[in-house]
Amino acid sequence: MAQPSPQQVFAPWEDPSETPLIEFRGVTKRFGDFTAIDDISLSIFRREFFALLGPSGCGKTTLMRMLAGFETPSEGDILLDRQDIAPVPPNKRAVNMMFQSYALFPHLSVWENIAFGLKRDRLPKDEIAARVTEMLRLTRLEKFARRKPHQISGGQRQRVALARSLAKAPKLLLLDEPLGALDKKLRQDTQFELMDIQEKTGTTFVIVTHDQEEAMTVASRVAVMDEGRLVQVATPDVIYETPASVYVADFIGDVNLLEGRATPVPEAGEGRVDLAWAEGQPPIRATTDRAFDKGQQAWFAIRPEKVTITPGRPDEAANAVKGRILDIAYLGNISTYHVELPTGHVVKAQTANTRRIARRAFTWEDEVWLSWTATAGVLLEG
Amino acid sequence: MRRFSWFNATSLTLGFAFLYLPMVILIVYSFNASELVTVWAGFSTRWYGELLRDEAFLDAAWVTLQVAVASSTIATVLGTMAAHVMVRAGRFWGRTLFSGMIYAPLVMPEVITGLSLLLLFINIGLDRGILTIILAHTTFSMCYVSVVVSARLVSFDRALEEAALDLGCSPFEAFRLVTLPIILPAVISGWLLAFTLSLDDLVIASFTAGPSATTLPIKIFSSIRLGVSPEINALSTILIAVVAVGVITASLVSKRSAIRQAEEERAAVRAEG
Repeated sequence: MAQPSPQQVFAPWEDPSETPLIEFRGVTKRFGDFTAIDDISLSIFRREFFALLGPSGCGKTTLMRMLAGFETPSEGDILLDRQDIAPVPPNKRAVNMMFQSYALFPHLSVWENIAFGLKRDRLPKDEIAARVTEMLRLTRLEKFARRKPHQISGGQRQRVALARSLAKAPKLLLLDEPLGALDKKLRQDTQFELMDIQEKTGTTFVIVTHDQEEAMTVASRVAVMDEGRLVQVATPDVIYETPASVYVADFIGDVNLLEGRATPVPEAGEGRVDLAWAEGQPPIRATTDRAFDKGQQAWFAIRPEKVTITPGRPDEAANAVKGRILDIAYLGNISTYHVELPTGHVVKAQTANTRRIARRAFTWEDEVWLSWTATAGVLLEG
Repeated sequence: MRRFSWFNATSLTLGFAFLYLPMVILIVYSFNASELVTVWAGFSTRWYGELLRDEAFLDAAWVTLQVAVASSTIATVLGTMAAHVMVRAGRFWGRTLFSGMIYAPLVMPEVITGLSLLLLFINIGLDRGILTIILAHTTFSMCYVSVVVSARLVSFDRALEEAALDLGCSPFEAFRLVTLPIILPAVISGWLLAFTLSLDDLVIASFTAGPSATTLPIKIFSSIRLGVSPEINALSTILIAVVAVGVITASLVSKRSAIRQAEEERAAVRAEG
């Protein structure tokens, strides 16, 4: 994950003296009766790699197109460097965009595609040539400068699109599903390449994606969107470890969700809440920083890899339930066990396969115990 | 391979004969030495020579060429603009009416188009001549250009224009530097279509032509009424040759570039794999 070393943590969003590069202030966008963006306020800081994540139709692309200038907000302001950019047309903004389809000009060579924006600025010829050469080197495309877009491969086209949008050294680079058209292996390599280029150029990147893994890999912060609203804006680890809602928990990664009634037990420790989730079962002991009323409906969310699976009842577990293995998904490096509890709930537990498969401890229909600590999961209001 | 049946061979022969026999006869008789169109008197290129010395025909040919070039060029500019607006402007009040009005001349009887233009020119006191023919031809060929160009624009990736704007183009620059070069083949076919339509139009031209300017189709038609001369055959043969060479060249060029593009794309995929 894109985490700088602890000595120099990159977290301008926690520094109140830092002025954001982009500021959305109560931005709403309507298309006819349809509200694509619903009263969003958001700050994005210099040198950030910011991801807008959500399912298709959640408004993430609209939000990005407003930054590029292809859409104007129905309400609210968007500030870039403290200036309202609503009246600025796309061609006058210090913002460039890498399009999902790449939108390379088919009639121009790779070199001319990259030089296109520089030529519009009426820069001297040798300056344009120097800048294009620099971009070609950055994206390792020197050999393909004279080819036309249809004469190069998909991965190379993706790099041309990136080079072209970076050539004008924008304050802000927008990437619309930049890796969507690449196959999985190439996509993973390219993610690291993107992070590398972002670091080298120091440009602020805003990426739109529906791929949560991609967002987690590249981004310094992730904004999870749903139906035109921001559901949670946080660093990837916060989003994963302490999702703000059931929606986020479910959208990012794999999760077990158990519904029940909360009972605060302050005498057992700060933030201790018990969740009565099934009759005849001991309550789940959890810690939370949210305040729950007695009897309030709540969801306990726990990641499969935080659930330990053992043949017998562990001695010191805060939570332990007995179940029967229903299914095993073997993924090579890890295995996911689907364990059915006597209550009918199915809980997923994940273990790393550090041993050869022949020496695996559990098999189908085995009686096993699932256990987790009091801080392994989060308690959510819904 | 399946055998070529007797029935298929017959239908093919009949079909082609139906289409091309008149033209073959015309071409053969253009090389007739005799002055009588229907009597063969040996091979000769005499009528081609006569044609080159016939001032009236040459004048008409020159007028026709000027009209065709001017009207198809103006029609291409206007038609491309109209297509761009119809495809790009999105929904606006009266859009359906506008697009209907652009395409209406396609189905309008030529006689009515010609007549209404004639009345217009008389009313505004414009003397009929080469200018009025150009205006009339522009009017009716513009909608053909617009149909051809908008068909291309519909499949045009809008993101290309947005990318141009994003990289600092004004909307006009984006059109000139990105959209136009990419849709150029469609614009050229629109121009060629307008050019051909203008070249062989008789009805509208006869309404709008005046004594000062006559086009070739009018000239041919009026001289036929005095009897078919072998000179007309020669002239028609030349026209057929010009059109045939144009069509064959255009299709060869586009086919070859399609093949080259496909080959280069295969090469790119191989290089990647």
